[in-house]
Amino acid sequence: MQAAVLAGTATASTLLYQRLNPAPVEPIQGEKLDAAAEASKSEAVKNGYVVEDKLTPFEAITTYNNFYEFDTSKGGVATAAKGFVTKPWQVSVGGLVNKPRVFDLDELLKFPLEHRVYRLRCVEGWSMVIPWIGFPLSKLLEKVEPTSQARYVAFQTLFDPNRMPNQRTGVLDWPYVEGLRLDEAMHPLTIMATGLYDEVLPPQDGAPIRLVVPWKYGFKSIKSVVNISLVADEPPTTWNIQAPNEYGFYSNVNPDVPHPRWSQATERRIGEYSRRKTLLFNGYGEQVAHLYQGMDLVKNY
Amino acid sequence: MTFPKLVIFINALIPLVLLLWDLYHKRVGPNPLEFATRTTGMLTLVFLCLTLAVTPLRKIFGINALVKFRRMLGLFAFFYGSLHLLTYVWFDRQFHLLSTIEDIGRRPFILAGMTAFVLMAPLAITSTNQMVRRLGGKRWARLHRLVYFAATAGVVHFWMLVKSDTSLPFTFAFILLFLLGYRVLLKYTPAQPTPPSTSLFPRD
Repeated sequence: MQAAVLAGTATASTLLYQRLNPAPVEPIQGEKLDAAAEASKSEAVKNGYVVEDKLTPFEAITTYNNFYEFDTSKGGVATAAKGFVTKPWQVSVGGLVNKPRVFDLDELLKFPLEHRVYRLRCVEGWSMVIPWIGFPLSKLLEKVEPTSQARYVAFQTLFDPNRMPNQRTGVLDWPYVEGLRLDEAMHPLTIMATGLYDEVLPPQDGAPIRLVVPWKYGFKSIKSVVNISLVADEPPTTWNIQAPNEYGFYSNVNPDVPHPRWSQATERRIGEYSRRKTLLFNGYGEQVAHLYQGMDLVKNY
Repeated sequence: MTFPKLVIFINALIPLVLLLWDLYHKRVGPNPLEFATRTTGMLTLVFLCLTLAVTPLRKIFGINALVKFRRMLGLFAFFYGSLHLLTYVWFDRQFHLLSTIEDIGRRPFILAGMTAFVLMAPLAITSTNQMVRRLGGKRWARLHRLVYFAATAGVVHFWMLVKSDTSLPFTFAFILLFLLGYRVLLKYTPAQPTPPSTSLFPRD
């Protein structure tokens, strides 16, 4: 009798624990991105688009995600995003431009793809090194010819609670929106990514197309983009709406500007035991510091 | 140890065993250090709530015997709290005392968590029968009211570190509010005929 009580309660406790801490999902090997083969790795290295740090494993990049449209727990996104339909997909690019256009995903995939290995620094204090495949945003913007009034670029994620179930909750103000100053958007480091590790971008990482701005905190790199608009004034951005005193429009990685609730001086590189020092502009200062000359980075956080 | 106590003891250790097992088998996702910290933190709050649930359950359902398990539940809260603190000092601060102190001053949510731990420590130390005798029941009971503040600081600590999805901290806050609110209610409502309270730690 006593043995049965012990065994029974122990089983119940075990099940409860496992229910609250589900086993991590196995990484799903995705589709190869055929055009990725054409992206020159040596060219990318030559242009300074490849950091030398050790790559974060594919399985970490695809099972540890912040993508609140699917789930607010980083381990839960991959499961929730499984089977996310990205075909058909269109991105409309308009606003203050001479030639507004709606691009089919197939057209976007025809832009000459480039290879980039970037650091990604999350505002939460962890970081990864990710081999992206994509093309510079500038190439896309050139096609639509921004007018002289255009000073900012506004981005928008898909809003479709049927496909992005967590959009039914109010954790964020949907749809997710982000923005860049035009010169930031035109910078050669700023890319629209369509793949990683030579594979088609997995849903949990922002399929089918996402922005990557490596010198800013990760939340600036908006995922699953459907709308890009050239505007005259600084556009609203989701995390800034959520907590204006915590997340600014610029959100450049900066170890000297603490988040009001935690320091940004160090970060944990996924896979490493000790924390490493966070670098100003995430280590891309040489390429981007000139964009912010004369600006107070504490005030413009 | 009596059999019911043994059951609670074993069950209270199961999460730790499973956590270590999963860590060893690398079944905890790409950020195992964060997982260990998060899980031990959550367990601390769970055991704090269980400890604080003893009195309301006793009074509402008249199961006085529950008080026998309160000390063990409280000590498990402190045990998981200590592990939680250890993961932070170890994985986050690499055992640098100075950097830990700096961090407490810099990050309010760390200060809240540390406050909770500091409030729990004297309760663990004075949890023995001998300490109850030495302090005297009244003083002992007054000292152990610190647990209300420890649990509150723990929930505040959790709430402060969440970016936007406050559902879990909210759940803990709601439970805690009920557990503490019940006590306030009890204090300010006219005494009802309750079964005479037994000594703090009735003999088994």
